[in-house]
Amino acid sequence: MVDILFYIFAAVAIGSALGVVMSRNPVGSLLFMVATLASLAGIFVLLEAHFLAAVQVIVYAGAIMVLFLFVIMLLNLGHDYQKDLKWGAFSVLSFIVVGTLAGFLARALGAGSTGDVMSSAGGRSIDAAVSEFGAVGAIARPLFTTYVVPFEITGILLLVAIVGALVLAKRNV
Amino acid sequence: MVVASMILSALLFVVGTLGVLIRRNAIIMFLSIELQLNAVNLTFVALSRVWGIEGQIFVFFVMTVAAAEAAVGLAIIISIFRHYETVNVNNFNLLKW
Repeated sequence: MVDILFYIFAAVAIGSALGVVMSRNPVGSLLFMVATLASLAGIFVLLEAHFLAAVQVIVYAGAIMVLFLFVIMLLNLGHDYQKDLKWGAFSVLSFIVVGTLAGFLARALGAGSTGDVMSSAGGRSIDAAVSEFGAVGAIARPLFTTYVVPFEITGILLLVAIVGALVLAKRNV
Repeated sequence: MVVASMILSALLFVVGTLGVLIRRNAIIMFLSIELQLNAVNLTFVALSRVWGIEGQIFVFFVMTVAAAEAAVGLAIIISIFRHYETVNVNNFNLLKW
C-alpha cells in the first residue's frame, strides 16, 4: 500500500516537474510547481516526516508560491507566450551537461545498497523521539538545544532578506 | 523506499537543472532553482531515516534560505523589469563580455 502510494506520488512529482520546465505559460508552470510540492509533501508523510510535510504545504506551496504568483501577476506575464526556450549550440551543451549529471547520479545510486533501511538505527531513534515528544517536539527539541545558534542566525538572515527585498523593490531609495 | 526516494530526488534535480539551462524566463529559472532545492530536501528527509533527526532539521534551514532567496530574487526581478520591461534574460547583457 505504502509502496503504491509512493510510486503514485513520485510519478506526479516527476510529471509536474517536467510541466514546470516545459509549460509556456508562467502561471501554468507555477501551478505545476504547486503539484510537485504537494506530492513531495505526500512523500514526506510516507517517510514519516509529518511535521515537515505540513511545513512544506504551508510555507512552500502556500507562501513562497503565492509570492511568485504575485510577481507574475504584478509584471503581467500571465499571457506571455513568447518563445523563451534557448536553442542552438547552447541547448546541445545544456543537454550534455544534464545527461552527464544524470549519468553520474545513476552510477552513484546504483553503487549503493538496496536493502530496507526504513527501520535502521536513525529511523528507530526518530520514532522513539516522536512517540515521546510528538511530531513537533521531536524536531523542536534538538533545534532549540543543539542547533540554537544556527536557528538564531536564520532569524537574522530573514531580517536581512526583508530589508534587502524592500530596498531593491522600492522605486527610489 | 529510502533508495527509491533518492532516485526520485536525483531525477527532480536533473529536471531542475534542465529548467535553469534551457529556459530564458527569469521567473521560470527561479522556479527551477526551487525545484532543485526541493530535490535536495527530499534527499535529506530520506537519509534522516538512516542517520537520525538532523536531516529533518537541516531541511528546516534549507526552507528558510529558500524563502529568503525567493524574496530577494523576486525583488531583483521586479527592479530589473522596471528598466528593461521584460524578464527574458537574453536582454540583460550589461555585464556580458
